[in-house]
Amino acid sequence: MSALLEVEDLKVAFTRRGEPDSVAVDGVSFDVQPGEIVGLVGESGCGKSVTSLAIMRLLPERGNRVTGSIRMDGDELTALSDGQLRERRGRDLSMIFQDPLSSLNPVITVGLQITEVLTRHRGMDKKAARAEAVELLDRVGIPDPRRRLDAYPHQLSGGMRQRALIAIALACSPRLLIADEPTTALDVTIQAQILDLLKQLVAETGTALVMITHDLGVVAGLCDRVNVLYGGRIVERAERHELFRAPRHPYTHGLLGSIPRLDGPPGEDLAAIKGSVNDNLPWTSACAFAPRCPNALEVCTSVTPAPVEDGRFLRCHNPVGAS
Amino acid sequence: MTSLLTRRRDKIDDLGGRSLTADALIRLRRNPVAIVGAVIVGLFVLVSIFAPLLAPHGPAEVFPELQRNLRPDSIPGALPGFPLGSDQNGRDFFSRLLLASRQTLFVGVFATLIGLVFGVLIGAIAGAFGGWVDTVLMRVTDVLLSIPSLLLAISIAALAARPSQTTVIIAVALVNVPIFARLLRGAMLAQRESDHVLAATSLGVRRGAIVVRHMLPNAMGPVIVQATLTLATSILDAAALSFLGLGDGDPARAEWGLMLANAQSYLDVRPALAFYPAIAIILVALGFTLLGEALREALDPKGRR
Repeated sequence: MSALLEVEDLKVAFTRRGEPDSVAVDGVSFDVQPGEIVGLVGESGCGKSVTSLAIMRLLPERGNRVTGSIRMDGDELTALSDGQLRERRGRDLSMIFQDPLSSLNPVITVGLQITEVLTRHRGMDKKAARAEAVELLDRVGIPDPRRRLDAYPHQLSGGMRQRALIAIALACSPRLLIADEPTTALDVTIQAQILDLLKQLVAETGTALVMITHDLGVVAGLCDRVNVLYGGRIVERAERHELFRAPRHPYTHGLLGSIPRLDGPPGEDLAAIKGSVNDNLPWTSACAFAPRCPNALEVCTSVTPAPVEDGRFLRCHNPVGAS
Repeated sequence: MTSLLTRRRDKIDDLGGRSLTADALIRLRRNPVAIVGAVIVGLFVLVSIFAPLLAPHGPAEVFPELQRNLRPDSIPGALPGFPLGSDQNGRDFFSRLLLASRQTLFVGVFATLIGLVFGVLIGAIAGAFGGWVDTVLMRVTDVLLSIPSLLLAISIAALAARPSQTTVIIAVALVNVPIFARLLRGAMLAQRESDHVLAATSLGVRRGAIVVRHMLPNAMGPVIVQATLTLATSILDAAALSFLGLGDGDPARAEWGLMLANAQSYLDVRPALAFYPAIAIILVALGFTLLGEALREALDPKGRR
């Protein structure tokens, strides 16, 4: 089976005249199979959101440099004209953003925002689009969808807004959906509902999902494969159960170790990864994570760890569990 | 208790029922400044609409019984049938004062509307396209904004071969264009960076639709408020142009600025001739300003609870 989405050696650098480039994504490669749920996990500033924006080509036109290859169905997305890209966005691939309130247009009704996409990509007339919009809202679990069509975003609750956004993103049954922290702005109870909904819709429609999150709980419940990003590079990639059972990269290990456990002894300090992303070394001559790494060796500060592919993808000189 | 519960439920079922406009209106009604402004503006509009019915006489009618009493050192005051007496030419001052409100409203509204339409057009284009289009349009706007508005209006009005009401409207409208253009352009730029525009882009919505449906309506708030405030300055500018003799010279039409100018020579004889039109101009400008300020406050999202 050929991959739906192939990202190869994607680099995004933010440029500013008179200043050295700031590299946000530094050679990221991954693929997504049809119908698969792939996680991109990492802390703030690791480049996960920039990666998603680069795939959608939503980065600002100026002030950055994107290199590498992004192929969907074998078509090079980076080579498409703006017009061709607009035809595919929303139809073949679409995106859900973090904050459902600010991602909806406050001055037009939810219904209009759904029908807009339907008339645009599926050539429906107004009436058919409205009927379809009711279906969509119903499918994402919005009660009384016919009335909700005429509601403005501020009249909906946070969870309902995110449901509406999902309905809009899935309106044209895209084959790839990118969700950029879709639950971060929601209450915990609503988060679970939204994740269940996404899982169910993806299973029903066969849409592939790229889940961008900093929340390992989200990954554990949802993703088939997980990419762990650190400092703009993928440091570990594994099948979900493999990753949680035996994290190999010290960063992944640290992340999993820092999750509080209900069955842990009370009063025990929570494990933490010391330092912050500001302590990173440049990937060009070291491992970026070395200063924060409990497993760091001399070599980690002087040689870039080469990626190793054996059962899983790993970029580490001294992985956890190595003899 | 049950009734309270049902009422609460109804309220919740009512889809949070208040639109932004309704919300703003409710807050306007609670604001005394808004009430004062609205009353002044409302009265002014009513008077100018019904002025031909309210005014006892025509604006150009000369009355022999008034003219007979005109002397270099006295102009007759209130007489039966002439509540405010005569003007310097033996016409009914009260009628002229009322009828002049129509010119003011007409000029103010049209100068603002024309300025609004062209300003919005320029601002939207500059803000939506950016790049060199934006640079060119905004530099021209800067140049126009750097000239004091009244000076600019005078210069434009003075270009006309024969001053008329139309030239006054054009002059004042041109002064208003850069104000609206600059304001909308800024708001459009902010919209361009907004999440919902990014979301619409990610759905492949066409550029035109993004500008017209997603950016423009969200950027119009400050422009609408500015329009109310601009009504006040337009009225003042138009009155100033008439006062300086660049307005409509037609004696059949009464105009507050012109009445004020003509009253100058009779200030020591009958100051009321200057006093009433001046008060009228000030009141109307104040009314629109109060209403505009209140509207700005009501629409300000920071003030919303």
